[in-house]
Amino acid sequence: MGELNIVVPIKQVPDVSELRLDPVTHALIREGVPSVLNPYDRYAMEAAIRLKEQFGGRITAITMGPMQAKKALQECMALGADEAVILSDRAFAAADTWATAYTLSVYIKTIPYDFVFTGLKAIDGETGQVGPELAEFLGIPHITYVRKIEVDQTTRSVRVERQLENGYDVWEAPYPILMSIAREYGEPRLPTLQGYIEAKRKQVKVVTVADLQKMGGDPKYFGLKGSPTFIPKVHPPPARPPGTVWEGDPKEAVRKLVEALSEKGLV
Amino acid sequence: MGSDRFDVVVVGAGPAGSAAALTMARQGVDVCVIERGEYPGAKNVFGGVVYKWPLEKLVPKFWESAPLERRMIDHRLVILDKEAGFALSFRDDQLGEEARGGFTALRSKFDPWFAQKAEEAGAVLITGMPVSDVILQDGRVVGVRTGEGRENEVYAKAVVAADGVMSTVLQKAGIRGPPNPDEVAIGVKEIVELPPETIESRFNAKAGRGARLEFFGAVTKGKAGGGFVYTNTNTLSVGVAVLLSHLMELKLKPYELLDEFKSHPYVAPLLEGGKVKEYQAHLIPEGGYASIPPLVSKGVLAVGDAAMLCLYPEGTNMAMASGMIAGEVLARAKKNDDFSDNRLSEYRKQLEESYVMKEHKRKKNYGAVLKNDKRFFNDYPSLIAEILRELVTVDGVDKGAKHSEARKKIRERVGYLRLLRDLYSDVWSVLPW
Repeated sequence: MGELNIVVPIKQVPDVSELRLDPVTHALIREGVPSVLNPYDRYAMEAAIRLKEQFGGRITAITMGPMQAKKALQECMALGADEAVILSDRAFAAADTWATAYTLSVYIKTIPYDFVFTGLKAIDGETGQVGPELAEFLGIPHITYVRKIEVDQTTRSVRVERQLENGYDVWEAPYPILMSIAREYGEPRLPTLQGYIEAKRKQVKVVTVADLQKMGGDPKYFGLKGSPTFIPKVHPPPARPPGTVWEGDPKEAVRKLVEALSEKGLV
Repeated sequence: MGSDRFDVVVVGAGPAGSAAALTMARQGVDVCVIERGEYPGAKNVFGGVVYKWPLEKLVPKFWESAPLERRMIDHRLVILDKEAGFALSFRDDQLGEEARGGFTALRSKFDPWFAQKAEEAGAVLITGMPVSDVILQDGRVVGVRTGEGRENEVYAKAVVAADGVMSTVLQKAGIRGPPNPDEVAIGVKEIVELPPETIESRFNAKAGRGARLEFFGAVTKGKAGGGFVYTNTNTLSVGVAVLLSHLMELKLKPYELLDEFKSHPYVAPLLEGGKVKEYQAHLIPEGGYASIPPLVSKGVLAVGDAAMLCLYPEGTNMAMASGMIAGEVLARAKKNDDFSDNRLSEYRKQLEESYVMKEHKRKKNYGAVLKNDKRFFNDYPSLIAEILRELVTVDGVDKGAKHSEARKKIRERVGYLRLLRDLYSDVWSVLPW
C-alpha cells in the first residue's frame, strides 16, 4: 500500500467578521481588514490530514495570490501540510475563476497527486467554480459536497458520501480525483503551538510566471487577460429603511409599539 | 533544536517582548516569541510617541525604515479648567532635524515592524496563540502552554513575561496577582481622520512634522488623569486616561469621559471635521515604583507593562529599555550556561542603574499625586484659569492691584506653603518633561 499524495488548493480571504460597510456608499471597506485562510478550506485541509493519518503520505497546500497569502499557507503547514507553494506574479493578478483554475492546473500537473481537496467555495467570491474547473483542466473527475471518504488502494478508487439538502448520495469513482469537502465532513482541527513552530521552520515555495511558462503554461491564459468573465457593474446591497423609535414615557412608547405591530397584524 | 524546546520563550510581541527577543536573537540565543494577537500590535494601544532612545540602540537610524507618523517639534502642556486652557509650549524645528523630539506612531504598524526585526535576527515568532498557562516544575517555570495537550506546550530555560499589564504568565506563576484598581488607569483613544494639510495648518507644522499636546486638569472631572492629542500623518490620536478606581467612583463609562474631553472648547476646534476611524481602550500601569512586582522569580523575567514599568507618557520607552536589558542578561546567561534566578537577578541590578528605575524612583510620588488628586486636577487648574482670566482682561484696574488680588487668592485657597511643597515634591514627579 503506497502513501497518498494530496494537493489542497487554498485561498486567503478578508476576515468577514471584521468586514464593515461604508455607511454612506454601502461599499465594502477593505482597508485594514485582516486576511485569513478561507474557512471552507479548513475542511479540505482536515480531509487531507485524516487521509494522511490513515495511509501516510504528503500534503501540498497551494495558492495563487499576492505574497501576503504566504500567511494562510503557513497556517496550512502548521496544520500538517508538508509543502506549501504560492503562485505569485503580477501577471496572475485579477484572474477570474477560469484563469485561476488554469494557472493552478499548470503547476499541479507537474507534481504527483492522488487527491485534490478543495473547500466548497471562497467566502469572498462565493462562486464555487475553481474546484470543478481545476478538475477539468487536470482531466480528472470531481465530486462536490463530499462528507465521507473511503479509499480502496487495491482498486485505486473511492467510495464517498455526497451531502444533499435532505440526505446523501453514495458515489464511487477512481482516483486521481478532485473533491470539494462539505462542512458535514467533520469539525476541522486548529493548529497547535508546535505545529506553528514547525511551520515557521519550513519555506514556502514561490512560483512565478516564468516558472509556469517553463512548465508549459500559456501566458495568454493568465491573469486579467486570460479571464473571459467580465463584470459590468457591482451593486451594493440596498440601504435598509430606517427603523422607528418611540421616545418618551416607556408605557406610552410600548403602547405605540403594540399599536404599530397590531396594525401590521404581527401581534 | 526541536520545536518544543528553546533557550528562552518570550510571551508577548509588544515593544518589550520584541526588544528582548531582538537583543537575544542577535547574540545567538534560540528564542521563541508567542503573541496572542493575529499580528503584533493587534491587541496593543498607546498614546503614541516613540522616542529616539532606547530604540536607536537596537535599530540605528530606525526612523529611516520604521513606519512612523510625524516628527514631534511642538511639545505642549495644557492645563484645562472647565472652559479655559493654559498652555506651555516648546517649539523647535531642530527637534525634527535631529529626531530628538520623538515620533508619533500607530501600534498596528509599528509593532509588526519591530517584531519583524527580531524575526530577521533569528527569533521564531508565533502569532494568534494566547498563552493560557505556565508549566511549573519544582517551583520553577520551565515553559508555557497555549492549550490542551503536549502539542501546545513549549519548554525553555527561562521565560520573559512581556504579556502586558494583566500578565497571564506572572499571575499563573503566582508571582503577582491582578493589579489593584488604583494601580491602573483605563485609557480610551480614538483615531480621528483629517487631511494632512488640515493637520499641518491647525498645528502650525510642516509636512512630516507635528505636535503633541498633553492635557491635565478638568479633563477627567477633577479626578486624576489626563488627556492627549497627538498628530499622525493623516489622523489625530485623541484620548483620555483615568485611574480605574476613580472611574468606578465617577460611575462613568470611559467613552463618556472621552466625549467630554473632545467637546472641551480648547480641544473641539482641533478635531473639527474629523472622522472617527477607530476606537481603542486599554489598561495602563500607573502604580509607579511601589507597584513593581518581583522582576526575577522562578525563572521568569518581567518586562514592560507586565512589570508595571510605565511612566506616563513613556510606557513604550520603559518597555523597550527593560526588554533590552533583560535580553542582554539572558544572552549572558546562555554564554555562561547558567539560567539560575541568582544569575538572572542581574537584570534587576542593571535595571536599577538604568534610566528606567531612576525615573521610577524619581517619580515615586506619582502614585500619591494620583491619589490626592483634588488639588492637582481640580483646585490648581481652576485657580490658574481664574487668575489669568483676570490678568488678561484690561478694564482700568491697575496690574498691581490685580497681582495682589491673585496672591490673595493663592493664599486663601491653597496657601503658599502648600503650593511650594506641592511644586517642590510632587509637580516635578508628574510632569512628562
